[in-house]
Amino acid sequence: MTSATVPPGLSAPAGSSAVYHTGSWRTERPVYMSLLPPCSAACPAGEDIQAWLFEAQEAGDGYERAWRRLTVENPLPAIMGRVCYHPCQAACNRVQLDEMVGINAVERFLGDLAIAKGWQFEPPAGDRLTGRRVLVIGSGPAGLSAAYHLRMSGHEVHVLEAKTEFGGMLRYGIPAYRLPRHVIDAEVARLEAVGIVLQANQRVEDLAARAAGYDATVVCVGAGVGAHVSIPAATAAKVLDAVRLLEETAAGTPPLLGRRVAIYGGGNTAMDAARTARRLGAEDAVIIYRRTKAQMPAHEEEYKDAISEGIRVKWLSTIAEVERGKVVIERMELDAGGRPQPTGVFDEVEADTVVLAIGQDADLDIVEGVPGMAVERGVIAVDERMMTGVPGVFAAGDAAPGDRTATYAVGQGKLAARGVDAYLRGREFAAPQRVAQATFDRLNTWYYADAPAQSRPELEAARRTSGFEEVVQGLSEASALFEARRCMSCGNCFECDNCYGLCPDDVIRKLGEGKKYSIDLNYCKGCGICAAECPCGCIEMVPEER
Amino acid sequence: MAKTHIPFMQTGTLVVGNRLLDEEDRAVQSYQNRPSTLTRGHRACQGCAEALAARWVLDTAMEVTQGKLMVANATGCLEVFSTLYPESAWRVPWVHSLFANAASVATGIAAANHARGRDDIRVIAQGGDGGTGDIGLACLSGMFERNDDVLYVCYDNQAYMNTGVQRSGATPPAARTATTPAVGPHPGNVFGQGKFVPKIAMAHDIPYVATATVADLRDLEAKVRKAMSHRGARYIHILVTCPLGWGTKTADSIKMARLATRCGLFPVFEAEYGEVTAVTKIRSQAPVEDYLRPQRRFAHLFGAKADEAALERIRGAAERNIRRYNLLPEGGVA
Repeated sequence: MTSATVPPGLSAPAGSSAVYHTGSWRTERPVYMSLLPPCSAACPAGEDIQAWLFEAQEAGDGYERAWRRLTVENPLPAIMGRVCYHPCQAACNRVQLDEMVGINAVERFLGDLAIAKGWQFEPPAGDRLTGRRVLVIGSGPAGLSAAYHLRMSGHEVHVLEAKTEFGGMLRYGIPAYRLPRHVIDAEVARLEAVGIVLQANQRVEDLAARAAGYDATVVCVGAGVGAHVSIPAATAAKVLDAVRLLEETAAGTPPLLGRRVAIYGGGNTAMDAARTARRLGAEDAVIIYRRTKAQMPAHEEEYKDAISEGIRVKWLSTIAEVERGKVVIERMELDAGGRPQPTGVFDEVEADTVVLAIGQDADLDIVEGVPGMAVERGVIAVDERMMTGVPGVFAAGDAAPGDRTATYAVGQGKLAARGVDAYLRGREFAAPQRVAQATFDRLNTWYYADAPAQSRPELEAARRTSGFEEVVQGLSEASALFEARRCMSCGNCFECDNCYGLCPDDVIRKLGEGKKYSIDLNYCKGCGICAAECPCGCIEMVPEER
Repeated sequence: MAKTHIPFMQTGTLVVGNRLLDEEDRAVQSYQNRPSTLTRGHRACQGCAEALAARWVLDTAMEVTQGKLMVANATGCLEVFSTLYPESAWRVPWVHSLFANAASVATGIAAANHARGRDDIRVIAQGGDGGTGDIGLACLSGMFERNDDVLYVCYDNQAYMNTGVQRSGATPPAARTATTPAVGPHPGNVFGQGKFVPKIAMAHDIPYVATATVADLRDLEAKVRKAMSHRGARYIHILVTCPLGWGTKTADSIKMARLATRCGLFPVFEAEYGEVTAVTKIRSQAPVEDYLRPQRRFAHLFGAKADEAALERIRGAAERNIRRYNLLPEGGVA
């Protein structure tokens, strides 16, 4: 706009106001941030949830981009979209606005779409292959996740499974009405397609012998041994553990239970055992738990599903004795410390079979007597990179310390893979960094459209107990898209143009789709409108140093 | 962008851009190559909403007229901070008039364009609430009454801000200004009759009158487009936050305008030929206190000597607006 000539009537050449650098007025400058959303902070598998929802929001090709972004961290979205207890949703900031975003249902939608479309992982490029060989023992969620991440880092991976089919607890511990078998098969087949070698019927007895010839080993043997308690039982009484019930049912040879079944325990396995018993023909399935509902370890959803299928629960009860056709239970009461104490009051419950669901132990035969290997509190001791006391031998999943959920196992498998990779390359292991969280108070929720959650259609409760059909159905595309678009993108720019459009000083430049913005600090006066009106709270006002 | 309300695309049409919308549903302010008619380097205060609104209005008009636009500007903040001789922040043919006569100067420009056979060049006059409703009211009324082909835009920051925050006819009751100090039994501005220029404009039965705020960009852009689709005299009145005069945080300029509409004290509507034709309903109603409390010019209404009587009268004014313009959505709850 600067003109060298002096227009008629003026005594100086006209020029643009751009000669004034109003940025000198500023005491604070706006800075674009990328903060950790609470969903990702809560995800045991470390998924970048906001990033893949962002892609899914664009529909069409965006779904594949979303699936690819998701599977950078977790190779099992169709499985996890069904069995994950989604701590991400409990942490979701949208809870404080209306309802949480149905992240898990969108994950399942993407996982199912990937199976339907036949999307495959990109195998590691030739120049990334390391020629190093890693043995993974166990094909449960930890083993599959470790194998995937190791393969993507360029290593050769060999997975051994003791049982006849792959999936570990996903297959033998989770009933088919929650996780259909074809879903496990499809996601395992995709791992085989990138060159991971899986072998079934390979129970490892001698770790040292089997690990010979490999550069590293990851032990993911799970916790597949049902815990027992000593209960006086008549010889004719039928008592079995829940792990066996679920495993034999999964293998197609379910045990005979009779008409009335009592399940002892209050965890998720107890719920699964009770619901499985109903599907195997039991008219009455009653859960016996020694504490109250508030202390029950089972997830609320699992409990609700069980109740809606006609499962009964006897709270504050322990089994004192098992007789033929009945169990004797003792009433408990909580003491001041919240622990159950016996009352001396007894009662009877009719039951043909008692199923024990009081916990599971890791099968540690494999590491017994291995020099240097330490077992603490029933699991294999590991360091921060998941390496055991034996150099080159790592452990992950239920056989290692930590929460016993499938998603946690996926996260540990990934962590162990990173540990192995660092070990093989002789690098320092870098523990994952935690950055500042995008808390709800950073958001300007005025800008988010009012939008209630879409619920997953469920089969009629009456139809459920007739078989092992999947209970919870997936979202339609329209609902999944709607749900993805409910994400508020906490702490991460989604290019809404508010900063660009609402700057009174015209100092923000829009760099084009996907490229976000830049701020011309020569002119920015530091008013803070951009930060205040950013819906997702990704702009921080930082004091200028003077 | 048509003024279509898109209910749900994460943020719908509530934000400036939104990548999930079709190009034609996005605001002019989201264009990567928007005109930026009022450009950087101007010396408006930090957080000045008048500078913001002026860019929105003229960028939209530039888009509609494909750059064939001339602007007459009354004396006031907008003129002072944008054109310190010999530099200018305007990227449009722009002329500074006297305090009182922006409407008349614009009329003259429109007449000259017409005489030259250049009716394709459109004319906008703009000024603050003082230059529009007090000093320039006679010229403005004449422009309306003759139905001259000019869009007049008033940026209402509710006082004479550039000369040091003196009371104007648009200053709200109880507000403290340099000439209405917060002293005596009834501190701040008097509860007078008030002067709402949009109703004066409507009394002339001109083709188009609208109100807007800096809290709703898309609404404002749609109104400028609509105004430019008419010939004859048109008037848009925009509430613009003044952090200096109102005593608000610079970062809160958009929020304050939003609260002014949410509490009902500033009604947002359109009128054609003297009749109200559309009203922007309140989304999430707020009490007037939420709007007043953050403003230092109303500080004397709160605290130890809270003036409940004055607050009650202000609440009454909000309720009257809500009733008069039917501001609550269907069912009566916002």
